[in-house]
Amino acid sequence: MKLITAIIKPFKLDDVRQAVSEVGVQGVTVTEVRGFGRQRGHTEIYRGAEYVVEFVPKTKIEIAVDDSLVDLVIEAITKSAQTGKVGDGKIFVFDLTQVVRIRTGERDASAI
Amino acid sequence: MSKPSGLVFLCVLALSIPAAWSDEAPSASTAATTEAPAASTPPAAAAAPTEPTLMGADKISAGDTAWMLTSTALVLMMSIPGLALFYGGMVRKKNVLATLMQTFAITCLVTLLWWLIGYSWAFTPGGPFLGSASRAFFNGMTFIHDPTNQMSVSHLALTIPESVYAMFQLTFAAITPALIAGAFADRMKFSALLVFMAAWSLLVYSPIAHMVWEPTGWLNKAGVLDYAGGTVVHINAGVAGLASCLVLGKRLGYGREAMAPHNLTLTLIGASLLWVGWFGFNAGSAGAADGRAGMAMLVTQLATAAAALAWASAEWVSRGKPSVLGIASGAVAGLVAITPASGFVGPTPAVIIGVVAGVLCFIAATSLKHALGYDDSLDAFGVHGIGGIIGALLTGVFASKEISGLDASVLTQLKGVAVTLVYGFAASFIILKVIDMTIGLRVTEEQEREGLDISLHGESIE
Repeated sequence: MKLITAIIKPFKLDDVRQAVSEVGVQGVTVTEVRGFGRQRGHTEIYRGAEYVVEFVPKTKIEIAVDDSLVDLVIEAITKSAQTGKVGDGKIFVFDLTQVVRIRTGERDASAI
Repeated sequence: MSKPSGLVFLCVLALSIPAAWSDEAPSASTAATTEAPAASTPPAAAAAPTEPTLMGADKISAGDTAWMLTSTALVLMMSIPGLALFYGGMVRKKNVLATLMQTFAITCLVTLLWWLIGYSWAFTPGGPFLGSASRAFFNGMTFIHDPTNQMSVSHLALTIPESVYAMFQLTFAAITPALIAGAFADRMKFSALLVFMAAWSLLVYSPIAHMVWEPTGWLNKAGVLDYAGGTVVHINAGVAGLASCLVLGKRLGYGREAMAPHNLTLTLIGASLLWVGWFGFNAGSAGAADGRAGMAMLVTQLATAAAALAWASAEWVSRGKPSVLGIASGAVAGLVAITPASGFVGPTPAVIIGVVAGVLCFIAATSLKHALGYDDSLDAFGVHGIGGIIGALLTGVFASKEISGLDASVLTQLKGVAVTLVYGFAASFIILKVIDMTIGLRVTEEQEREGLDISLHGESIE
């Protein structure tokens, strides 16, 4: 089992949700996050006072999947979240040691 | 009261602002002004009353009264929620409730002070600087239903009940100190704020209102024109704002930390409520539902639109983008600048006043402030002080005798501006220093870092 974490552009969330559903993903956790990468920040001006916004708003999604789905999900996210411009985001994949469904107590593959 | 009747009549007719008369259309108010006054008026003032007087209901104009009741509600809406939201959106999220609280509390506080003595000091005849105490606790302000059906009427608005006139002026007295709060946002103690605003309302607002608006006031006698409060309200609040941000010092982290507005949607809603409410402020200052009120409303709309576009355009040219905060700020600058001129100028001068105010207030709020290094957090001085000065001076340039029936002069206007700047700054500075030395003005560094919502009011928003 793997935990796939992806940082994407916020307005791409719906596309990504649809794409991963189509390859069989049953659930996604979404968090609003801020950070910086190669995109850097931007400048805002209020009545002449300039503020550099160094941390850009992004959306983080987390998906737990069976090993067989990992490549499909990565491909689905990559295609659906891509704009081709700096700041499209990153995907991180971690090993997942245990999964428990709280309602039933089911474990691992049957709990995903 | 012992002045020759001719002079008194002239004073009332020529100088009382906002007086309930019009020289365009013979309306109910004109008729009432020129009719014989009520029996209780002393013989010396046979032409027109020079102080609040008991009058019969037949002298009251239903149309004028209806419009003034409406205007009063509109001007109250400018403070709460208009100004509260305008300022509340511009501060950081940790201070939004404290900022809303300031405007709301000031409105309540000034209401009671107005009843206590503020109205009396401002709008009863007295010396050149201050009225009398005859209307303390609204003493003598009355309506008697049976059998005479009489009510007290102010000598400054002869066709409406004095209760309505005093209420209308109350809303002006309330918004003026609330405007000052923009200069020291994020850092004044709530207790110090209440003491400052109470002292300021009685020692600065009432005297200036008396000097400019009451016929015995010396600036009024000198011919200073201020239709709806460019000097009394805006220059006065602006310069008090300047004094307070100088005495209090800058916000912690000013110039180093981000202090971007937390919600410009609130600010735009607030600016829009101010705009709508301002029709009560300016067209209501006619004291009547007449042709002059109509002109005041028309020029208010024109100047505001012109100033909003001018500020946003100046921003677009010099900084690359026209901003929401910019167009909203420009609208307020235009509203401020047309205020003293609104009952005196025609449509084209209104557009010119708007453009000048939009561009100059933009420069004041963006460049002048940073060049001089004071932290007028929400630009109370940059918008209200500078806008008020522009409006007062341009009133001298553009006032039309056809509309106003009065002669205007830039030099006389300058005198009004200078007196208000000097007195307003000095008095505010002294009041603030006294508070600073006694109970203290500023919150602790820790409270300021944490935010005033939690540290002063024990509340926060998510």
